[in-house]
Amino acid sequence: MKLDLLTSVYVFMLAAFIGFEVIRRVSPLLHTPLMSLTNALDAIAVVGAIILAGESHQHGGRLAKILGTIAIVAATSNIVGGFLITDRMLRMFKASGPRKQ
Amino acid sequence: MTGVPTEHIIEITYLIATALFILSLKWLSSPTTARRGVFAGEIGMLLAIVGTLMYHGIVEYKWIVIALVLGSIIGVPLGEVAMTAVPQRTALSHAFGALCVTLVGTAEYYLRAPSVPPFVMGVLSMEIILGSLTFTGSLMAAGKLQEILPQRPITYKGQNFVNLGLLAVAIVVAGVLVAHPEKMQLFPLVVDIPLVFGVMMIIPIGGADMPTVISLLNSYAGLSAAAMGFVLQSKLLIIAGALDGASGFILSVNMSKAMNRSFTNVLFGAFGQEQDGAGAGAKETRSARSASPEEAAAILAAANKVVIVPGYGMAVAQAQHKVRELFDGLTKRGIDVKFGIHPVAGRMPGHMNVLLAEADIPYDKLLDMDEINGEFSQTDVALIIGANDVTNPAARTDSSSPIFGMPILDVDKARTVMVIKRSMGAGFAGIENPLYYMDKTLMLFGDAKNFVGAIVRELAGGHE
Repeated sequence: MKLDLLTSVYVFMLAAFIGFEVIRRVSPLLHTPLMSLTNALDAIAVVGAIILAGESHQHGGRLAKILGTIAIVAATSNIVGGFLITDRMLRMFKASGPRKQ
Repeated sequence: MTGVPTEHIIEITYLIATALFILSLKWLSSPTTARRGVFAGEIGMLLAIVGTLMYHGIVEYKWIVIALVLGSIIGVPLGEVAMTAVPQRTALSHAFGALCVTLVGTAEYYLRAPSVPPFVMGVLSMEIILGSLTFTGSLMAAGKLQEILPQRPITYKGQNFVNLGLLAVAIVVAGVLVAHPEKMQLFPLVVDIPLVFGVMMIIPIGGADMPTVISLLNSYAGLSAAAMGFVLQSKLLIIAGALDGASGFILSVNMSKAMNRSFTNVLFGAFGQEQDGAGAGAKETRSARSASPEEAAAILAAANKVVIVPGYGMAVAQAQHKVRELFDGLTKRGIDVKFGIHPVAGRMPGHMNVLLAEADIPYDKLLDMDEINGEFSQTDVALIIGANDVTNPAARTDSSSPIFGMPILDVDKARTVMVIKRSMGAGFAGIENPLYYMDKTLMLFGDAKNFVGAIVRELAGGHE
């Protein structure tokens, strides 16, 4: 794959700006769910682990398979656990009064 | 495959996943749309994983499927923990995320060595250093929060020097590898030294500093994932990592502001230092007034506006459901009841809100420090349950106090202050609280759960 360093840096920079702007607006009320949700999203690293564990390699293939497999387990538990607990927490937040705004 | 090549389909799933991740965080900004945000995140994640599984380079699926199933089996109980255990669960998940990134980085090095381009080696080192220090650091934090490890900060002379020295050695070794990626015997140092550093970094940290530390580890975990994205040339990963890193960074800044620590102090892991010897302050000789549940109930019943200030002590005493009963009892009498929540109340950002929401207290009654502070002057009773330092007026007035300058909840501006507390002992940081000796303050000695329960019974009895 061609290394396109500059594009990556641009992508990172723009994503960081978007992150700041979007996350600044999250009320302190929801900071705990915010952390568990970003944690689940961060586990998208699983895509790298899947390719690592599944690809065939000329050398070092066994190591890559073992490390990749453990990495998938770690990331998947974050995905499943992170989304589950975030949703559980958010279900508990209810506004007062019978009517919804 | 006919029609659209698989590569394009994969890219499209990644593109949609990226958009959904950003929307997911955007929707989290309000409790009314937040659950939609989780759903968006789930769909994005599912798309990205399915897309990746279509990648033609994958020759063997057996271990991938086993790992996905095993991870899901581990993930379910991690999603079902009690709300009081959420901080340690979060720390543990930072550790898992960092483990994933570190393992992938390590494998990538051995697959690419001995010829690794300098830029790739540089970000790879960053990925591994951040990943491994976050891994052990988060495990330590989880251990302290779960109280498997002693919560007390352990400090020794030259601690910062040792810690920063370790980190510096790791960075120097990484630098050598950038210049000479073929020196494979050096590589284990880049993994191992940060592992040790992660442990050392958390040793001097006490329970009350955990909100800052967890946020910081969150940020590190995100940055290491973004670095992994640079190595693998995955824009999806760079963006997800940047979002997580930004989120952790914002929370760290919030937390350090709320504790009046400078951000460099936080960045270098020098927590807990300032609080050493804070207990050496002069002993108070003045006496405090105490009151019984009956008296407390009578004062509360006569109030028009009550602000309850909960701290971690409330969660320790498992008093949140009794507090809800008190909230109901007072609200039924037409009394305006709100909650004032300090950013560092609890063991992670926003923890107190989750605990109160679990006890069915409506979220529009939960106000953060900036929102509630203007209201104390019109408040009849400020009721403090299990909070101490965050209400200490010395932070405003006494420049010799270790917490001087820390933003606090202005409970002393309320007409009457009531403090539920086990005994007269000083708080976590060992700092005397002059609030307890004010004329308008009533100390309610006892276990938070029992005392609030007693007040609730009094209110109910007096009403019938």
